[in-house]
Amino acid sequence: MVDILGGIAKAFELIVSGDPELYGIVSRSLLFSGTAVILAALWGTPLAMLIAFKDFRGKTVIKTFFSTLIGLPTVVLGLILFLIFSRGGPLGFLGLLYTPASIIIGQAILVTPILISIGVSAIESVDPEIMDLAKTLGASESQAQIAVLKEAINGILLSNIASFNRAIAELGVVLLVGGNIAGGGNRTDVLTTAISRYTQRGEIDFAIALGILLMIIIFAINLVVVIARKANYIVALVKSPFSKMKRSVRETER
Amino acid sequence: MTITVELKDITKVYGNKTVLDNVNLQIREGEILALLGPNGSGKTTILKILAFIENPTSGEVKFQGEKVNFKNTEKVRLQSTIVFQKTALFGTSVYNNIAYGLKMRKVPKETRDREVKKALELVKLESFEKRPARKLSGGEQQRVAIARALVLKTKLLLLDEPTANLDPKNAGILEEVIDTVNRENKVTIVMATHNMFQAKKLPHRIALMDEGKITEVGAPAEVFGKLSKNLASFAAVENTFTGTAKATAAGTSKVDVGNGVQIEVTAQRQGATVVFVNPQDIILSKSAVESSARNVFKGKIIEISDLDSLVKLKVDVGKPFTVQITKRSFSEMGLRLNAEVFITFKASSVHVL
Repeated sequence: MVDILGGIAKAFELIVSGDPELYGIVSRSLLFSGTAVILAALWGTPLAMLIAFKDFRGKTVIKTFFSTLIGLPTVVLGLILFLIFSRGGPLGFLGLLYTPASIIIGQAILVTPILISIGVSAIESVDPEIMDLAKTLGASESQAQIAVLKEAINGILLSNIASFNRAIAELGVVLLVGGNIAGGGNRTDVLTTAISRYTQRGEIDFAIALGILLMIIIFAINLVVVIARKANYIVALVKSPFSKMKRSVRETER
Repeated sequence: MTITVELKDITKVYGNKTVLDNVNLQIREGEILALLGPNGSGKTTILKILAFIENPTSGEVKFQGEKVNFKNTEKVRLQSTIVFQKTALFGTSVYNNIAYGLKMRKVPKETRDREVKKALELVKLESFEKRPARKLSGGEQQRVAIARALVLKTKLLLLDEPTANLDPKNAGILEEVIDTVNRENKVTIVMATHNMFQAKKLPHRIALMDEGKITEVGAPAEVFGKLSKNLASFAAVENTFTGTAKATAAGTSKVDVGNGVQIEVTAQRQGATVVFVNPQDIILSKSAVESSARNVFKGKIIEISDLDSLVKLKVDVGKPFTVQITKRSFSEMGLRLNAEVFITFKASSVHVL
C-alpha cells in the first residue's frame, strides 16, 4: 500500500525546499516546450496568414486537415518521429534520437496544427473592413495584413498559450523520441516522463511533487487564458453596447 | 476648371448583379459633390472605386489626367481616402488610429504629434489622444474616423453617408468640418448621402443615382428643379415620397403617396409632387393624440436602430417613415418591434420640393 498522505507531505517539503533535481526537471520542461512553441510560431504564424489571407482552391480542405491534426494522439506522432529519427530511419544520420533537439522538434510539430487552426480563425474573424481601412489610409498589401494581424493579436496569443499547454502536458513524443534519459549532460527527462518514472520506481513523493508542479503550471496558463478571454469579452461589450437593442441593422449598402 | 478624377464608362458587376452601369462622372478640383440616391443605387461602389480599393469591371478611371492602373494602386491610394459609413477603427488608442496613415507615409514623429492634435481640434475631440478608440461613443468614433482621414490631406476625400448614424449634434459638427476643410484646405470631397437636407445644403453639385446609373448631375437647385424626370430616384430617399397633389378647400393640398397614405401640406399644389418630412419633426405616440397637426397615421414599428443619444425607428403606415426619438423616450414608452404606434406631424413641417 502506498503511503499517499506521507507522499503528499514529503512532496510539499521537496517543493518548498527548492530541490535541485525537482526544479531541474521543471526548468527542462519549460525550456523544451517554450522553445518548441516559439519554433512552431516561426512557421505557424506565416502559414496561418497565408491560409487566412489568400483565396485558393482547397482552402477548406487544408483548414479541416489542420483542425483534425489537433486531435492527433501524441504517441502516434511520437512513433512516427521515432521511426524517422532512429538509426535506420530517413533522418537517422542526424543522430537526433534521444536528444533535447528531437523533443523540441517533435513538440513543435505537435502544436503546429493548434497554432495554424486558431491563428487562421483569429485572423478571419477580424472585421474585413480593417484590411480596406488600412489600404485607404495608405498601407501597402503587406502593411494592411500586419494591421489585420495586430487586430487578431488576442487570438494569436491564445493559440500560443494553448500550444504551450499541450506541449508541456504531452507524454508520447517526449517518451518515444526523448527517451526519458535521467543522467549525463544531455538529460531528456521532463515533467511528464519523470512522473511516470518515479511512480514506477515507487518514489511516490517525487512523482506527487512533480504532478503538483505540472498542475500549477497548467493552472497558471489557463488562468492567463481566462483573463485574456474576459478582457476580450469586455472589449467586445464596449464595442457595441447596444447590440442587444439592435433588432435589425440596415445592411451596409454596396 | 481642373478635373481631379474622371470616371469613363465605368461598369461594376458582382457575380451576376450589375451594381454600376456605364457611369460617367467628372469630379472637379475643390468641389463638394454629393451622390444622392437610395440604398443599393451604387453610391458606395463609386466611392470604393475612387478610393482605389475596388476595381471596375470595365471602363477607365483618370486621376489628375493619368489613367489609373488598378493592378497597382499603392501609389495612387496615397492621394485619396475614404470614411466608411460603418465606422471602422483599429483596436488601439485614438492617437494610433489617427497617426496610422501618417506612419504609412513615413512622417516624422514630431510632425505626426502636431498634425494629430490639429485634426482632433478640428473635430472637437481635443486631448482624446490616449483614449481607447473603440470605447468612445458612436458619434465620437465617427469623428475620429473623419480626423484620421483629414490628417492625411489627400487630394480627394470620400465620405460614405458620413452622418447617417449620428445624432443631430454630432452630425452638425461633422457637416461644419466638411464645409471647413473644403473651403480652407481646398479638399475635393465626394460624399454619398440619402439625406435630403444634407444634399440641399452642403454640396456644390449633386449626382443623382438610381440602380447603378447616374440620372442627373448639376447644382442642387438645378437637380431639384427637374423633379418629374427624377421622381423614381427621389422616391427611395429617406422620408421622401412622390405622389399626386390635390388642392383642398381649406387652401392646403393633399398628396396621395400611395397605399392609402395622404399627406397634407400647406403649399397649394396640383399634380406630381415630391414631399419630404424631417425625421425629427415627427411625433411618435402609442395612441392617437388630439392636436392641431393635420397628419396622423397609424402604423407598426418595423426597424429599430440606435444612434448616440437617439433611437431611429422605421414605422410602416403603408409607407415607411423614419422617426427619431430620444433614448429616454424609447425606454419609457416601452417600444419594441411590431408595436402599434401613431405618427403625427404638421402640414407645415412637410417640405414640398
